[in-house]
Formats: sequence, C-alpha cells, structure tokens
Amino acid sequence: MTVEQRSSAVMDFDLGDAERDRQLMQRWATRPGILGAIAAVDHKVIARRYIVTAFVFLALGGILALAMRIQLAQPEARFLDADRYNQIFTMHGSNMMFLFAVPVMEAMAVYLVPLMVGTRNIAFPRLNAFSYWIFLAGGLLLWISFALDTAPDVGWFAYVPLSGPEYGAGKRADLWAQMITFTELSALAIAVEIVVTVLKQRAPGMSLDRIPLLVWSMLVMAFLVIMAMPAIMVASSTLIMDRLVGTHFYNPAEGGDALLWQHLFWFFGHPEVYIIFLPAAGMVSTILPTFVQRPVFGYLALVMALIATGILAFGLWVHHMFVVGLPRLGESFFTASSMAIAIPAGIQIFCWLATLWAGRPVFKTPLLFVIGFIVTFVIGGLTGVMVASVPFDTQVHDTYFVVAHFHYVLIGGAVFPLIAAIYYWFPKMTGRMMSEKLGRWAFWLIFVGFHLTFFPMHILGLQGMPRRIYTYQPELPWAGLNLFVSLSSIILAAGFLVFFIDVIRSWSSGKPAGENPWNASTLEWATSSPPPPYNFRSIPVVDGRDPLWSKTDELPVTSGLRTDRRELLITSVVEALPEARESSPQDSIWPFWAAIATSIMLIWSIFSPWAVVWGSIPMAVALIGWFWPKGEAEDES
Amino acid sequence: MKVVAVILSIILLLSGCSGVQSALDAQGHSAIVLRDLIILIIAACVAVWIAVMVVLAWSLLRRRDPEDGNVRRSERHMTIWVSGAVAATVLIISGLTIASFRTTHDLDGTGSPELTIRVRGQQWWWQFIYEDTDPARSFQTANELHIPVGKEIRVRLESVDVIHSFWVPSLAGKLDLIPGRENVLTFRAERPGVYRGQCAEFCGLQHSHMAFFVIAEDEDSYRQWAAAQQGNGLEPSEAEAGAGKAVFMAKQCAACHTIRGTAASGTTGPDLTHVGSRGTIAAGLLENTRGSIAAWIADPQTLKPGNNMPIVPLTADELRQLAAYMESLK
Repeated sequence: MTVEQRSSAVMDFDLGDAERDRQLMQRWATRPGILGAIAAVDHKVIARRYIVTAFVFLALGGILALAMRIQLAQPEARFLDADRYNQIFTMHGSNMMFLFAVPVMEAMAVYLVPLMVGTRNIAFPRLNAFSYWIFLAGGLLLWISFALDTAPDVGWFAYVPLSGPEYGAGKRADLWAQMITFTELSALAIAVEIVVTVLKQRAPGMSLDRIPLLVWSMLVMAFLVIMAMPAIMVASSTLIMDRLVGTHFYNPAEGGDALLWQHLFWFFGHPEVYIIFLPAAGMVSTILPTFVQRPVFGYLALVMALIATGILAFGLWVHHMFVVGLPRLGESFFTASSMAIAIPAGIQIFCWLATLWAGRPVFKTPLLFVIGFIVTFVIGGLTGVMVASVPFDTQVHDTYFVVAHFHYVLIGGAVFPLIAAIYYWFPKMTGRMMSEKLGRWAFWLIFVGFHLTFFPMHILGLQGMPRRIYTYQPELPWAGLNLFVSLSSIILAAGFLVFFIDVIRSWSSGKPAGENPWNASTLEWATSSPPPPYNFRSIPVVDGRDPLWSKTDELPVTSGLRTDRRELLITSVVEALPEARESSPQDSIWPFWAAIATSIMLIWSIFSPWAVVWGSIPMAVALIGWFWPKGEAEDES
Repeated sequence: MKVVAVILSIILLLSGCSGVQSALDAQGHSAIVLRDLIILIIAACVAVWIAVMVVLAWSLLRRRDPEDGNVRRSERHMTIWVSGAVAATVLIISGLTIASFRTTHDLDGTGSPELTIRVRGQQWWWQFIYEDTDPARSFQTANELHIPVGKEIRVRLESVDVIHSFWVPSLAGKLDLIPGRENVLTFRAERPGVYRGQCAEFCGLQHSHMAFFVIAEDEDSYRQWAAAQQGNGLEPSEAEAGAGKAVFMAKQCAACHTIRGTAASGTTGPDLTHVGSRGTIAAGLLENTRGSIAAWIADPQTLKPGNNMPIVPLTADELRQLAAYMESLK
C-alpha cells in the first residue's frame, strides 16, 4: 500500500461515534427501491428473505399434509385420486426437505453466524444473494409444476426405475431432479460462505474453543453439505441423462443398476438428516444457557458430539436399504454404526439435562419449545435405535412406524428448536418481542397436537399399514386410528396458525426489544436490535466463551478499519489473531441476472440437451458482469 | 404418561390381536422371533425414555437454594453423572445390537426348504409360479399363495418392472423385489390361516392396491389344491359360461391372459386358468363374486385407475356370459 492511498483512506479511529455510524451507514446500507433490494448483499436482508420464503414453503407443505390427512381419515375416501395423492406426498416430502428444512437452517446460519462471530457481512456476499435467487427459482419451479398438475409423483427419494425413462412418464421426474439441482446449488453456496466466515472472519480473541455452539453446529453442517451434496448431484444428473439422452446408469437390462441410485441418494440422504438436525442442536445449546442463566455444561463434549455425529453420518446410509437384500456382513456393520449414533446424541441430551439441572430455568416460550424438543426428540432417537436393528426394520420399514419416527426426529428434533430460535432471535431480527401469551398457546397446541397426530402412527405401522398409500380398504383395522390422527392434525395445524399470527402481529406491533432482552451471552446481542447494516460500530474483542457475561463492564472493541469502503477484519483460523483488512463486495445486480440465466439453462435442459450449450452464453455474460475487476486492492494487511 | 399408556396398550393388544395384516399378530416362525425382538427393544426404549423424563422433570422442578452452592463441586458431580449416563447408553446400545444379531441368526431357516415358489411382482399384482422339474406339473396363480403349514417355504423374488416389496407381516419381515436381481426369503407358517400381504415399496399409481393373500393349510389340503391347479381350465358345463368362453376367445382378453387348455395364452395379465377358485380379484381389491367380476371387466379403470387392463366394449349379455365363465374356472 502506498503512502498516498493511506492518506486518502478514512480510518474509523479518526472519527467520533456519531460520524462513524453515519459513514458506516452510508457505506453498508442497502439502497432503497426495488433495484436496491434486488442488488442487496447484506447477509441480514438475504437471510430474512430466505427465512420468510422457507416458512411460506412450510405453510404450503403443511396444507398438503392436511389434504393427505383428509384423504386418509376414512377408508376408500375419494377426496383425492391416486395421481393427485402421489403428487401431494411427493411434493410434501420434497418441499419440506429441500425447500423448507435445509434452507431454513442455512438461512438462520446466514443471519446469525456473522453476528455471532462479530463480523460485518458474510464471506462471498454476492454468492449469498445468488444462492437466494436460485433457491427461490427452484421452489417456484416445483410449485408451479404442482399448480399445473404436472408435479413429480415418484416420492421424495424418486427410486428408479419408477422415476426412470420407462415408467416415469412426462417431465415430472425431470422437474423433481432439476429442483434438486437448484437447491443443492444454493445449499453448496451457503455452505462455502459459512465455512469461510467461521474460519476467517471471527472477532479477535474468538479462538476455536470460544466459538458459540450454534456456530460450531453450522460449521459442521456446512462441511456435511459440501461432502454430501455431490452424491445427490451425481444421482440427479445421471437420472436426467438416463431420461433425456438415453444413458443407462440405472437400467439393469443394459448393465445399469437400480440399487446404485439408492446408494447415491442415501449417501446424501442420511447426512441430510444431520444437516437439518445439527443446526437445531446448536440452537438448543445456545438458547438453553440463556434461560437458565449459566454457561452450557460440557462445551467440549458438545463440540465433539457435533463433529462425531457429522463423521458417523456418512457411515449410516445403508440403514435406509435394509430390505433390499444385503449380505449379512453389511447388515451387521450398518446396524452397529446406526446404533452408535445414539452415543453422541445421548451426550448432547445429558449435557443439556445437566445444564438445566444446574441452572435456574425461566419458563419463557423459547425454553418451553426446548423442553418440548427434549421430550419429543428422545422418542424419535429411541425409535431410531429400533429401526437401526435390521430384523426390527424388516417389519416396520416403509410403514407408518417410519413415518412416525422421522416426524419425531424432524419436527420434534428440528422444528421445535427452530420455533424456539424464532421466538429467541425475533427481537434481534426485528427489534420487537413476540407475544409470550400467544407463544404459550402455540407451544401447547403444537406439542399436544404433534403427539396426538404422530404417536398413533407407530401403532398403525406395527399393524401393517404401509407408507405412501392413497387409500386402504374398510376391512383393514386402520380406520379408527387414522380418523383419530386426522382429527389431531387439526390441533397441530391450529398451533402453527397461532405461531404465524404471532409472527405477523409482533413484526408490526410487538413490544420494542432493546439490545439484549434475554440477558444472553453471545455477540449478536452486543449490537442494536435490529442490527445496523454494518452489524457492529467497532469489531468486538472476545476474551471467553460467553463474552457478554464476562466480568468486565464494557465489551472491548478494536479499531482501525476504514469507513470509506466496506471493510472486514480477517483473523487466523485457530486463535483468531488479526491478519488483514479485507474489502467486502458492494451491492450488485449481477448475482440476480446470473441466477436468472442459470435458471433458464437448468429448466430448458429438462427439454433439450442443447440448452446446456446455448444457455451457457447468458450465464457467461452474467458472470463476466459479476466479476468485472473493481480496480481496487481487495485486502490490506 | 399418555405415551407410556399407549405403548402398554400395544403390548396388551398382542394377545388378542386379530388384525389381518399385523406384525404383532405373529403366526409364522420369523414373525414370532421378530415380534419378541420388537417387544424387547420397545420395552428397553420405554424404560430409557421414562428415566430421561424423570431426570428432566427433576432438573426443571427441583428446589433450588436461594444461594448457589459450591459451583465447583456441582460441576464435578455433573461430570460423573453425565459420564455414567453415556456409559449406560453404550451398554444399552451394545446389548440391543447383540440382541439384534442373535435374532438375525435365529431367523435362518432350519433345514432345507420343502417348496420353492417364484414370485414376480408387477404393477400392480403378484404372479406366483410353482415350478416343477416336470413342466406339465408347473402352474401359476395370481395374488394368492397357497402353502403347506409347518413347512419351510422359499420364495424367489423378482420384479418385472419397478421395485416392489414382499411383505406378509404375520409370517415374516419384508424383502424387496428389484429388477435385475433376485432376492430369496424363507418363512414358515406355524398355524393354518389366511394372511394378508401387501406391496411395501411405493411402485406407482396403484401401489395402494397391490395386496395378496397367503393361505396356509394342512399338507393334504395343500396337495389337493396343487393337484387341482395343475389341471387345465375347466370346460364350462352351463350354456351361459360356454358362451362366455367364446366371448373370451373372440375379444382381446386372450391376448393378455392365459387359460391353460384353451387358445388363450397371453402373458401380460394374470393367468386365469383357475381364477374362479381364488378368494379375491384385482390384487385383493374385490371379493371374488360373479358380480364383482362383471363390474371389473366392465370398468377396470374406475375401480383401479391406471391399471393395465383396458376397457373392452361388451354388450350386457356378453358381460354376463364372460363373468359366468370366469366364475366357472374353479
């Protein structure tokens, strides 16, 4: 850096608080108007969009679930025909996994991780904006196809040959496979951003052993995404090639293999469960200490449990395939590894119980959902141990027992913590508190409704009711419990309705929250609610795991960043020692155009392989615009 | 506690369970071994859940001293308790894993199978082929599997189109039928009876209507049944059924269905040589009566939308005659 440059740079230590805020605001704020909104790269703006969109998909997926429950309430009902029902259960599963659960967890990471590590924006903010547009396009693709009555009808795991060229007529399975491409692209983008943000942008002093547990869980989740998504990318691409250009990856008559699909799908599909669950575990580990007002017990054990779960997640996929006719040795290995996952799960549960025991619980809505999570998730974990046993699984595989099991894990294990997280961080995101009264109503309706809806499904499964049937005959002994389940689902839906009403009301008219309404210990509470576009006036310095609970009166901060351009502090991986100042990208409309160009190419390629050739031209134009040299040094050390 | 009550009620259900298709109503060797394992694992898990809930309730509700006790001592206590709980988890998990392995071992059939049947799953019905070294003694049936009780039965599972799964919960756990592969399942019915089975892997539009029945009967009845099945389709004795046979041969029916002893030799649809002897038609969809046969032939696409049987235009008389002929094929 030349002397001339230095003299022209405006450094923050030259300015008073008010002037510093004014200049930072000018540099970091998203421009007003629609064009400004499309060009936004502020992680909070993008994350808010992501979260709202994902919750819209949750509501839509919930409506599909209610439609299925109406159909199954009585034997041989005619509310939905077979074709529509098959589309609906496929949509429900694909939507909830790919458009709600994974994106919403990543979106929470996009919002919270930069704040919790004390930086001004996420790494690669334009990629972040691109990721949202791609996610939105994938979601619209799936839902528009549903509106046109051409939605995929092959189930969310789309087994070949049913989804292959011979049996999957029309473009339905292609739409499913391409929707996967959209969501895996957006997920991979976020995963890379999270890894870099966590490893290189932490506040000085936040060494690896001081990272908040939510951030740890998001880091492990991001690595899982990076390692698991390529498998599904290979699977969905080869499926499209089988369907579009006549390859035979999955055609046994031509030397392909139907089981190959299942291996590839579940090599992604099982880690997917932990991609959803680990962030939820991180939320619990972060929320719980606040509501017992003591640090979490067993920080190191909890981190190790997260990492162990992440590693074991890749050794379990075959337990989704226990009835395909495996060799005995393979069965035994995957039974043992599937059982072993109970150990890190157990460690986490016990540490949370110890934290609760040692602290003084304050029964606010977030804590209620965390308690509901423990009650429910332990059941889901234990039924997981049951289906880990091959012989046990041969009786319950593909029955309602499994439907019950994974809803206990996914709703009890992930959605309960997520709602706790929304109640907990809503004040930070909007500056307003949610209603404690409605929160309690939402909790009890959701908790009771959930158990009444899903517990009886265990029994239905043992009574022989298979999954994915659009109807059943009156002589089968399932009608009574099915009616009970359908009626109970109304209670569950009412709970979610109360929750949504609470969110909408509180957003406009909730009580003002202040900086730190729960007296929490992590960095996101050290700035205003909602945070300014630049997150922190000065980057904080961290001297422990719970920086806001440390004995010092005021949080120590750094200075020395420029205020006349967007600048971040880069720190070392392990100890988080300051290394460099780096510029952070300006708002740009090019990620939006790149996403449009990518979407056109991907959707077109369902219909013609030439789309890959011609569609790459607008993509190249958009990427050139995106990466056009800025003529300024990117970082200064 | 509600949850525990429901679990207990399942266990109570076991004794009096009369479900036609239930893993808890075990009537075969494998199903009995599996049911015992299921009860053992559920019982262990219920105990674990109750223990965790007790600790949770205690942690939330215990009386706290107004002033914090010795923080360091309570940290050490908690470390001991958490380590103990993790050790207990490891032990329980190991125990259940071993129980699971032992059950797998127990499932291995004793002795060599007395009867081997080829099962070919197709959208959306089951083809059961009883092969014999003498081709004249081979025969096939659809959606109805007869077996001698108390004997080791081996089924060779193949798929004609997509993946299906063979599952008769009262007799054994399920096993998939995968195109390009053959899976083998052995099982044994311990008591005579009619056991319902159903495809357990989603296989398309009419996955819900792909049921079948296993009829376990004593050795003599089984032999009689098999002998009857080996014979050709009966010549109709009544005029109406005779006319029905003529309709069958004249219309498209014979292109897809076989009736041994006649010119009909299609292989796309189920073999109808002895269709009149079966309990149900259309893969467990309808009870087998003359009326339901007529309804099925008249409009299969309303009763089971998407199935491969086309609507064949027939006059009312032809339909009646055809139904009479089908019913006569005992």
